[in-house]
Amino acid sequence: MIKAEDFELLCGIVKSRSGLTLSPDKAYLLENRLMAVARKWGMNDIDGLAATVRGGPNEELLREITEAMTTNETLFFRDQTPFEQLEKVVLPRLLESRRERRHIRIWSAACSSGQEPYSIAMILKGMGSILDNWRIDIHATDISRAMLDKARAGLYTQFEVQRGLPIAMLMKYFQQAGDKWEIDPAIRSMVEFDEFNLLNDPTSKGQFDIVFCRNVLIYLDPPTKTRVLENVSKLMPEDGVLYMGGAETVMGVTEKFQPVNEHRGMYCCVRGGGGGQGMAPANYASNI
Amino acid sequence: MKSCLVVDDSRVIRMVARKIMEELEFDVVEAEDGQAAIDCCNQVMPDAVLLDWHMPVMDGLEFLYALRQLPGGEKPKVVFCTTKNDLEHIQEAIKAGADEYIMKPFDSEIIQSKFSQVGLL
Ligand SMILES: C[S@@+](CC[C@H](N)C(=O)[O-])C[C@H]1O[C@@H](n2cnc3c(N)ncnc32)[C@H](O)[C@@H]1O
Repeated sequence: MIKAEDFELLCGIVKSRSGLTLSPDKAYLLENRLMAVARKWGMNDIDGLAATVRGGPNEELLREITEAMTTNETLFFRDQTPFEQLEKVVLPRLLESRRERRHIRIWSAACSSGQEPYSIAMILKGMGSILDNWRIDIHATDISRAMLDKARAGLYTQFEVQRGLPIAMLMKYFQQAGDKWEIDPAIRSMVEFDEFNLLNDPTSKGQFDIVFCRNVLIYLDPPTKTRVLENVSKLMPEDGVLYMGGAETVMGVTEKFQPVNEHRGMYCCVRGGGGGQGMAPANYASNI
Repeated sequence: MKSCLVVDDSRVIRMVARKIMEELEFDVVEAEDGQAAIDCCNQVMPDAVLLDWHMPVMDGLEFLYALRQLPGGEKPKVVFCTTKNDLEHIQEAIKAGADEYIMKPFDSEIIQSKFSQVGLL
């Protein structure tokens, strides 16, 4: 069993570096995951790992400890509807309102192994020639280097390509590579991956019309949720759209966003001190 | 309740598939080869068919061609479920009129994902 003071030390590190909160009943999880890190660093147990951490600052080790505690569960076209809405409602609107600039920017803010941004890319590819002469950036970030490496490689197991991905999409956008499946380079090159910690200030990333921030806030404590969402809202134009996971909400977290009626998981920006509406949700509802 | 015909020559696979499909609230009928499956469809057309490829007597692909010729045979959603896990076989199955394709080994999550893609969940 992990010692209470070691649990506290290691949780403290993970929390301050990523916002991820672990309750004491997750001690087994911490122990399991950190054993791999301990061994990699030539230690036999968590005791040794904790001692090394106490021994002095070691950025690389702390980063690996944090990364090991992230949950990276994801799948292609997760929850289906957000991607259908993107194609049928959100993008058509933006194609209209951005027709002068012909530039749309999308951010997948906790992209894990890449299924989310690649799903977006496949949707865009499927929209065909209406996007000719448009520039659409898909910026995908995560705190985990291991996940970003996997995402960039674009190689998925047979199990992964059967979760959420319709067979027609597999046939169209993947090639077999040994016992794995490799995403088409044309899709891969539509996504730009970068390491980014949501606790940091994202201002330098510029503006994003659509943000996917899904299934990451559930792991963070309430003040951190608020901070992340308020930072995200600063990067978004008035008619921007935010997507969150099925188990996530803005209720009690921030007033910068509000749910869009009848579109589960979709949120629009609220401007002017919480009272006003950036975009009437009805605008979206009427499109369906 | 929706019905699913599970076609596989392995009793074990049929049992596993039946359990998963029943959890997804399907009425399950089993057949051990393509010919037995055609006989089932002649009696009652199912809403879905979970179909192995390699089987004695009549294989999955032959069954699929025969099924699509039957009156009402265009209606069932057909999901292949086979160890043939290469692009050529997938293309052949889809061309023959399959709606989805599962590469074995499968689990309940994959079945669920595929049946929701064909609109049955
Ligand atoms: C469960 S996955 C969600 C993936 C995808 N968005 C989805 O909905 O399927 C959560 C991801 O959030 C990342 N993450 C956790 N804390 C983070 C932080 N502070 N900054 C950036 N990413 C973080 C994890 O590394 C993990 O890949």
